[in-house]
Amino acid sequence: MYRYDDYDQRLVDERVDQFRDQTERYLRGDLDEAEFLPLRLQNGLYVQRLAPMLRIAVPYGLLDARQVRKLAHITRHYDKGYAHISTRQNVQINWPRIEDVPDILAELASVQMHAIQTSGNCIRNTTTDPLAGVAADELEDPRPWCEIIRQWSTLHPEFAFLPRKFKIAVCGSREDRAAIHSHDIGLEIVPGPDGENGFRVLVGGGLGRTPVIGSEIRPFLERRHLLSYLEAILRVYNLHGRRDNKYKARIKILVKAMGVEAFTAAVEKEWEQLRDGPTTLPDAEIGRIAAFFSAPPYASVDTAAEAAVLEAHCASEPIFANWVRRNSHAHQAPGYRAVTVSLKATGNPPGDISAAQLDRLADLCEAYSFGQLRTTHQQNVVLADVRESDLLPLWRGLQAVGLACPNAGYLTDMICCPGGDFCSLANAKSIPVAEAIQARFEDLDYLYDLGPLELNISGCMNACGHHHIGHIGILGVDKKGEEFFQVSLGGNQGKDASLGAILGPSFRREDMPDVIETLLRVYLDHRLEEETFLQTLRRIGMQPFKERVYDNGNAR
Amino acid sequence: MTTVTPASGAPVQQRLIRDGAVVADDWLPPAEQTPGEGERRILTLAQWQAAGSPAGAAVQLETDDDPAALLDALPGLALVAVHFEAFTDGRGFSLARRLREAGFTGELRARGSLLPDQAHYLRRCGFNALEFSDPDRLAQARERLAVFSTDYQGAADQPLPLFRRRA
Repeated sequence: MYRYDDYDQRLVDERVDQFRDQTERYLRGDLDEAEFLPLRLQNGLYVQRLAPMLRIAVPYGLLDARQVRKLAHITRHYDKGYAHISTRQNVQINWPRIEDVPDILAELASVQMHAIQTSGNCIRNTTTDPLAGVAADELEDPRPWCEIIRQWSTLHPEFAFLPRKFKIAVCGSREDRAAIHSHDIGLEIVPGPDGENGFRVLVGGGLGRTPVIGSEIRPFLERRHLLSYLEAILRVYNLHGRRDNKYKARIKILVKAMGVEAFTAAVEKEWEQLRDGPTTLPDAEIGRIAAFFSAPPYASVDTAAEAAVLEAHCASEPIFANWVRRNSHAHQAPGYRAVTVSLKATGNPPGDISAAQLDRLADLCEAYSFGQLRTTHQQNVVLADVRESDLLPLWRGLQAVGLACPNAGYLTDMICCPGGDFCSLANAKSIPVAEAIQARFEDLDYLYDLGPLELNISGCMNACGHHHIGHIGILGVDKKGEEFFQVSLGGNQGKDASLGAILGPSFRREDMPDVIETLLRVYLDHRLEEETFLQTLRRIGMQPFKERVYDNGNAR
Repeated sequence: MTTVTPASGAPVQQRLIRDGAVVADDWLPPAEQTPGEGERRILTLAQWQAAGSPAGAAVQLETDDDPAALLDALPGLALVAVHFEAFTDGRGFSLARRLREAGFTGELRARGSLLPDQAHYLRRCGFNALEFSDPDRLAQARERLAVFSTDYQGAADQPLPLFRRRA
């Protein structure tokens, strides 16, 4: 894990002083609302429906136990004792007082954390695979690249007032678990002609009102040129992106308007001026950053003995055995597993976690996973390095605080934005829909029979709940002051990324569990052996789903 | 430094930070009418072009102007100003960097709608002169020219990124 040196620490400390000064000037009337707005947003502070919301940066989702305890402390002392994991792997608290925010930022800085650029029209937190560094299908650990990008983008003087927000994701594995196709810039680590890895560069993906799959503008970029190339893309966007209409201001609109070829040519021309300049990455710097992410000191285990212990544990505890099967993942190191801690138990707003649960996770990751954990864009937590023989005590520890829900990757492990309960942008309340669906599909055997299924819910078309890329997507819409929900099918976030298509007219909130159940019944009726929901849908098309749902009279 | 008194004879308002110091402005802001003989006035891009792109002039770019129009004449210009219609219009930051990367070494001035809190970034992007009509904000901006004692990225003020400078 990256550790601050004096330079990094000084920057976050000075950022706290800067924001304290800005907050004081705002509270005394020296800065008006419009002036304070971008300044507070660039420190993660929103003014929400009920209270301000503070979004704390978790660079590429990585936290250590000390930081997790600090988050628990902050939620207790400055908030209501819980936090929310966002789809950018960040942590949000919903009830801070504006005048306390500088103190909260100072607390964060004391454990090498901050809220820099978690909102606003600037470069946001770079996200990646929650299984980075341990996934069996990995070509290269993407986290050093995320850290290199974090440093470059942090307090970048040229790109603090972009036309709109800007999101970068990096993927280093065969399967894409970072949704790189739906980012402003998606970077895929790929092998180069001379054996050195580089990047495939995608630009202009995004969700929101106009969902677009990113376009490739460079099949291979040598790694030393990463930052100068990013700088060229950002400069073209900063100068030419639309500023007259915030709904047309993302880079995806510019790429569409110019055409991919013309956009690429503009970037390459800008890059000619910048390439091989001082921003070129020396191997020594790449190595320095990569060293922070070297593998933890895994025990050299007798894999057969380790497997036998796990098998015995499973035999003695069938509920545990099921959790292992559903919530743990293959690991690069023999005798180890990565574990998903689901924050999607029935009745729990997706992604919410209490102070007591945070403290327990800090203890458990210290005991069983080298003192680190990861937040995921699926709004869960991952303990990435757990010995197989430690899975049982870990599970017991999780179970004691309600964190052992065995639904990772299944229907009820849904992504859901905070919605109209908190967010002032939302058209509709998304959490009650999530809770109603969780309650309807509590039966685990039924869930497992449905197989891997991603259901994503957004409370408005800003798409924070990533509804476009859910196998089933739900979008809250407002019709003359009333909440309705539009359903889309067939979205997917993997390397064969696709956007969902709208099923038809929208539904009332109370009808949503029935609608979902009907859709699932169509799938079960049509599926061939071993076929997933997505595969069946791709084979039979929308029509059978449409007919059954609207014949049932669910539509408004 | 020469201090020029405008034709009206009114005292010049201190509204400029140049190279870190608050100084009297020795240029007049752009105006609709063509400047008189010997008047030190900043020209709009159109006025400068209409006058035959004279050397020694001071030219103002709007954030949607193409700086390519200036590139050939840059070495001879006394001053380039970038006018921010809104402080949230970040194009001016990229324009400044392009002008410095093209080798412009004269005065590069930011004017228009600016926040004192932008002083650090403006300076880093290559502006060595910042205009604020409000004296309190002028003072605040001067205090905020270097709110960060170090920076990760290379920019116009310090071309080397931190990774080439870390001790």
